[in-house]
Amino acid sequence: MNQLYDVIIVGGGPAGLSAAYSAWENGAKKIIIIERDRELGGILQQCIHNGFGLHHFKEELTGPGYAHRCIELIKDKPEIEVLVDTMVLDVLRNKTVIAVSPAKGLLQLEGKTVILTMGCRERTRGAIRIPGERPAGVFTAGAAQRMVNMEGYLPGHKIVILGSGDIGLIMARRMSLEGCKVQAVLEICPFSNGLTRNIVQCLNDYDIPLHLSHTIVKIHGEGRVTGVTVSKVDEKMCPIPGTEFDIECDTVLLSVGLIPENELSRGLMLEMHPLTSGPVVDQHRQTSLPGFYAAGNVVHVHDLVDFVSEEAEIAGKFAALEAQGKLDKNMRTVKVNPIDGVRTCVPQKLSLPQGGEKAKLFMRVAAPQRKVRLEVKSGDTVLVSRMLPVAKPSEMIAVEIPAEKTALMGDEITVGLKQ
Amino acid sequence: MEFIKSADVVVIGGGIVGTAVLRELSKYDLKCILVEKEPDLAMGTTKANSAILHAGFDAPTGSLKAITNVRGNKLYHELEQELDLDIKWTGSLVAATTDEEMKTLQELLERGKANGVEGLKILSREEVLEKEKNLTSVKGALWAPSAGVCWPFGAALAFARCAVQNGAEVIRDCRVLGFIKEDGRIAGVETSKGVIRTKYVVNAAGVYADEIAKLAGDESFTITPRKGEYILFDKTACSSLVFGVVFPTPTKKSKGILVCTTTHGNTFIGPNAQDMEDKDDHAVTAEGMNEIIASARKLIPNLPMGAAITEFSGLRAVSSTGDFIIGASAVAGLYNAAGMQSPGLTAAPAVAEMLAEAIVKDSGAQAKADFKAKLPKKHIFNRLNWDKQAELIKENSLYGRVICRCETITEAEIVEAIHESCGARTVDGVKRRTRAGMGRCQGGFCGPRVTQILARELNIPVPEVLKERADSHMFYEKNQAQGGEA
Repeated sequence: MNQLYDVIIVGGGPAGLSAAYSAWENGAKKIIIIERDRELGGILQQCIHNGFGLHHFKEELTGPGYAHRCIELIKDKPEIEVLVDTMVLDVLRNKTVIAVSPAKGLLQLEGKTVILTMGCRERTRGAIRIPGERPAGVFTAGAAQRMVNMEGYLPGHKIVILGSGDIGLIMARRMSLEGCKVQAVLEICPFSNGLTRNIVQCLNDYDIPLHLSHTIVKIHGEGRVTGVTVSKVDEKMCPIPGTEFDIECDTVLLSVGLIPENELSRGLMLEMHPLTSGPVVDQHRQTSLPGFYAAGNVVHVHDLVDFVSEEAEIAGKFAALEAQGKLDKNMRTVKVNPIDGVRTCVPQKLSLPQGGEKAKLFMRVAAPQRKVRLEVKSGDTVLVSRMLPVAKPSEMIAVEIPAEKTALMGDEITVGLKQ
Repeated sequence: MEFIKSADVVVIGGGIVGTAVLRELSKYDLKCILVEKEPDLAMGTTKANSAILHAGFDAPTGSLKAITNVRGNKLYHELEQELDLDIKWTGSLVAATTDEEMKTLQELLERGKANGVEGLKILSREEVLEKEKNLTSVKGALWAPSAGVCWPFGAALAFARCAVQNGAEVIRDCRVLGFIKEDGRIAGVETSKGVIRTKYVVNAAGVYADEIAKLAGDESFTITPRKGEYILFDKTACSSLVFGVVFPTPTKKSKGILVCTTTHGNTFIGPNAQDMEDKDDHAVTAEGMNEIIASARKLIPNLPMGAAITEFSGLRAVSSTGDFIIGASAVAGLYNAAGMQSPGLTAAPAVAEMLAEAIVKDSGAQAKADFKAKLPKKHIFNRLNWDKQAELIKENSLYGRVICRCETITEAEIVEAIHESCGARTVDGVKRRTRAGMGRCQGGFCGPRVTQILARELNIPVPEVLKERADSHMFYEKNQAQGGEA
């Protein structure tokens, strides 16, 4: 006999853990977290640097420290069950979850609600089509990070990093501390895609050169990488002939973007957003399929885990309310349209009860800008307006709309930048 | 650790042709040894080609290519069951986009009939769109129902394993350095691992077949490597591409840049054709990728380039004679299977038959009464239903641990791939046998775990595990002197 869960959570990283705790706080009586790795915590467990938790826990923690806090919150609660070393193979539209583990075999779980918290994966060499030979020594930065920080091995000794996303920057410092030589960090954009503090603390402090508007045009080596040919790129990001130079290295680490891991979401035929690559959600993080919620990097890639937890707590709360039949069924939908320099906004829609409901929007801009005004408007009515000294694609912008303002909304609102 | 072994036949080269020959010879009372210079089988042309089992209408009527293609296609239909080969008989289309090309289709149809290909038919635009909805720019196509796609690495491995279960021996990491001749006849092979005394040698050395022949004193042909580059897409993109095999109308130099979905459900585009000097140059180039993208767009205007997951290239072995070179060399005891460019994969079992027949005739060998034709069926976890999966995990709990998330490959399958005959020794060897690392994350998650499983199962330290070739170490020990605290 299969048991019926209030909330089934797919993924035991920070999103899954925060969703579980929030579901518990909001009255769910039977919660299960399914995690494929050997322990809970997700990618945080390999992020041994500090800088996590300033918003959420009001103190600076390491990745494992943050994970530990989240795990402490859910442990020893009879309402919350945890399965590790367990892979979800399929999620069906009737909220049946199929999973396997060596210890328990094939499991078939039924839920009143399901929260998708599978996180994201790294973009690979193949996805960006770097020409050249295919030797050993080309890794995504996260794979190398796991090997160094959790398994105790080095990916190589002389390193070139492509992409100045945060993982790439963190790994530049990490490899330097391990006694490796980081030859250069290359970034195809004319600006870095990492947090400013990481540029300062991970590159500048270690004298590692950052080449903006540069990319790898060839990887050399038969057995192991022996070097890369690098070229300057034009404003269309195409290599400029004649600007090539070689850098000797035995390792290439790629930090060229993260992709929400949505194979299960696609299998469920959830409505997906082409720019975030995640499911379309409302402010409760409910997807297009009733009873299915999503939170964290599976919805859109975050730069701070604190926001992942915040988003997951929302999903956990509303999944718990729905499982208990406490969710308002009588809600109207308001579409959220990013315009004028705002590239993406999550949630993509609001589900509002009579009288409105407080909602928080998370946005990314298309290009770096200074001194711009962010406006949330319904028709010509400005609902929220805020001055931003700087706006960068790498830093997510959050803005809260009070409940009474949401009551004023028409069928759609816009979020945009104004000079 | 030099050895002296003796055999009746030494097969040089562990690609699709060499392994097919080894299997065919293992039906007779001959001691056969296959030597392969790489750490794994099928690491040359066999691992990087279009994987198509051609119908046989391309090659000139009466050529060895035409004869062995049509025969080979028939043999794969028989071998499929016996060896549990992964084949999809999709049929193939040659798509024409102009009136000129429609005329060429007629020529291909006539030639195909003369070659003995059955079921060929020219389809109208509407009939084509019914089969492949994304071919929006076609006027018509030649339909060849007997064509299919196979898994070339899997086929070569199955041929080799079948030969091994019938007494043949496979030696990897074993490079041929020269030949021993007595009275002008082959009497042995000198290898990097020692000497093998033998009466017969089959040269199935792919792009290096001319160099091997030359070592034995046969300079009757040369091989030019012709590079073909490919781009492979994620499975999720297949529905916006094609379901089967789609060629453009061919030119003199090649069958053109095609669009094809593999037996595992990934669509690829490619190959281009570039004559090379260096037989070791497997680099993919920006120009090459642009060329195949531009050509594929002529067939499928909306290519989902964001779903590309990897790029690779292979070298075709193009012979100076223009046809396959199959049979006895002027050097007594040496048999060549050379110049095996397309349709070499399809032809391989037929080529093997021809060579085995010649050697059997010359040696007077007798067929074995106890030849074991069938290979034991392997469990492929992701192709089973839930009940079967549950049963397997009960038998062996390692089936319950998914190592490769993208392709749902379990630890049990990886362990089996390492310990089976001709088993995997490298990370890429595991990848080719099980598909762990073949998916959209390209081993980002499972690569380190596969490395650790290999170290455990082969009982070697992690830093000794290789990706593929010599010196392709995956990871290193931490530097004890400098490694420090963060």
